[in-house]
Amino acid sequence: MLEKTSPASFDQARNKKGLFVMLVLSILIVLVFIISVNTGYIRLTPIELLKTMFGSGTAKQELILFDFRLPRIVISVLIGAGLAVSGAVMQGVFRNSLADPGILGINAGAGLMVMLLISFYPTTAAAPVFLLPLVAFFGAAVTAILIYSLAYKRHEGVSPIRLLLTGVAIAAGMSAAMIVLTLKLDPDKYKFVATWLAGSIWGTSWKFVLSLLPWILILLPYVIFKARVMNVLNLGEQTATGLGAAVNREQFKLLAAAVGLAAASVAVSGGIGFVGLVGPHLARRLVGPKHQLMLPTAALLGSLLVLIADTLGRWILQPSEVPTGIVVAVIGAPYFLYLLARTKS
Amino acid sequence: MNQQATTRMGINKQTQQEKLRSRPWVATLILVGGLVALALGIAVSVSFGAADIKLSVVWTAIFHFNPEITEHQIIMDLRLPRVLGGVMVGASFAVAGAIMQGMTRNPLADSGLMGINAGAGFALALCFAFFPGLSFMYLIFYAFLGAGGGAAIVYGIGSMAKGGLTPTRLVLAGAALSLLLQALSEGVALYFNIGQDLAFWYAGGVAGTKWVQLKIMLPWVGGAIIGGIILSRSITMLSLGEDIAKGLGQRVGLVKLAGALIVLVLAGSSVAVVGSVGFIGLIIPHLTRYLVGVDYRWIIPCSAILGSLLAVFADLTARMINPPHETPLGAIIALIGVPFFLYLARKEKREL
Repeated sequence: MLEKTSPASFDQARNKKGLFVMLVLSILIVLVFIISVNTGYIRLTPIELLKTMFGSGTAKQELILFDFRLPRIVISVLIGAGLAVSGAVMQGVFRNSLADPGILGINAGAGLMVMLLISFYPTTAAAPVFLLPLVAFFGAAVTAILIYSLAYKRHEGVSPIRLLLTGVAIAAGMSAAMIVLTLKLDPDKYKFVATWLAGSIWGTSWKFVLSLLPWILILLPYVIFKARVMNVLNLGEQTATGLGAAVNREQFKLLAAAVGLAAASVAVSGGIGFVGLVGPHLARRLVGPKHQLMLPTAALLGSLLVLIADTLGRWILQPSEVPTGIVVAVIGAPYFLYLLARTKS
Repeated sequence: MNQQATTRMGINKQTQQEKLRSRPWVATLILVGGLVALALGIAVSVSFGAADIKLSVVWTAIFHFNPEITEHQIIMDLRLPRVLGGVMVGASFAVAGAIMQGMTRNPLADSGLMGINAGAGFALALCFAFFPGLSFMYLIFYAFLGAGGGAAIVYGIGSMAKGGLTPTRLVLAGAALSLLLQALSEGVALYFNIGQDLAFWYAGGVAGTKWVQLKIMLPWVGGAIIGGIILSRSITMLSLGEDIAKGLGQRVGLVKLAGALIVLVLAGSSVAVVGSVGFIGLIIPHLTRYLVGVDYRWIIPCSAILGSLLAVFADLTARMINPPHETPLGAIIALIGVPFFLYLARKEKREL
């Protein structure tokens, strides 16, 4: 016999579990944060760290903490959250568990625009930091529209599979265009672009944090605020329409937010893939499909993943650094393949 | 009413026959015309470049080589191996794609999309890092191994899945594996400081082709293409469906094994020379099938010719776009290949 639980108490149990999971994840992020601050060419012990934070460290320690490590860590946390939520929204809207801004080619679109900006901007010295997310958003939006309209067929709409295939192809085309562009660059710019493409978190200054922050601060709460709508959308278009949701309009708004999140993150971090895939999936496993719980959990998981990847990348091959994107791909790609093997067609 | 039905059936039958037709005349035309065009392409490609060389000089350089003339040296040491490399590589990728598409009945099969190129690339990255100065003979061998590994992983994951091996799943698994191996190669490159060597190689280009490489590659590629032509009858049967092939008395497993080996040799050795050039194996077989019909006895040789043509002219374009810089061959072909892939993904009526 199945035990009878009222939906309300079941819901409460779920909520409790969800909050517990988020708490654990937050603690983990703080732990990794402490380890991450200590990782690198020069070490800071936890006590030194505390001292420096409260303003009584040496000038050198302050320089290391506030000017090098901290902005980098903050950026990791922000882009992890941004990419994971972006992936969660795309998976929800397209109702396809393999959707991810990287696989769909949206990151590539943003990257191409950033490269165009860098290669045609007169000097590298005054890199237009605040322009980067805007330009990236433009590129990502154009790519998203391109993919959507190429995958669209009259009478059939957009089949998830055609969408993925179109995305893969567009991503290949964008990378080809990027390769053509890179070869025209002078060596200085080339080096900059190459590390950016590999997905190293190069924005080691607070300027990049500031350029990224407004996007995350506006779009992340907006998407979480829309969690109820996403729950309804998950039931399928017809049911959602029946329940009174303006399906097309809501889908469009959500997708625009997702594209914005991905683009702003990519503009700062470069090619980091798979976070948008792994974050939401693990979140769904941990707290269930309800978006009110799943979206914040995914954001925390994304932050944790990128933070760990960044720390590992700094640590594995000391003193040289492995770009974060590479570490994330090494973790994320096997997971994608595993998912692919598990899902039914 | 009845009559209508029968006429409709008649039309259906006709279109079906139309579809399954083979056109030997067109094929012969492609073989002859293609060879002429290829000769022309080679001549133009050899004479074009930073130093323009007259066609008559090209002729004398090849048939009455005189090492004291600089132009002759340019032709023999730089331009000719490069063009011939393009010919071989184009033919290899195209034939590999044709065999894969025929055997698996997968319209999206291509060695670049299936993770084979990425596997070979990763193996080469490891070679550059751990055994620098390895001779080309061994490089090719390790590239085979890597290509085999990549293919095994992609096909393994594709067939492990519930619901079996669908074209989409293969493409997605290939894309993910390529990303993974590229990331690993980049990591290796960073650690061992071989980024520059690898980056150009990844972009794909025939610029650095040397006679030694061609000499080592020729027997493999030649043998594999001849093997493909010998196997073509069986591949035609397989392309009708595995059950039909079995019913006609074919030893399906043996044919598939032979086909897979040929594909690995072709893709592996090509990647070892020019790097990861995708989409030739996707575009050319489709084009050829459209032109000559469904008989692989014609498709395979015609694919070889058309693939060479594409590679030679793409390389010529790559040098003309932005002289004196070279645009990577892989990028040029991707710019043609991506729209074609999109067209295929749209056209395909059944769920991929």
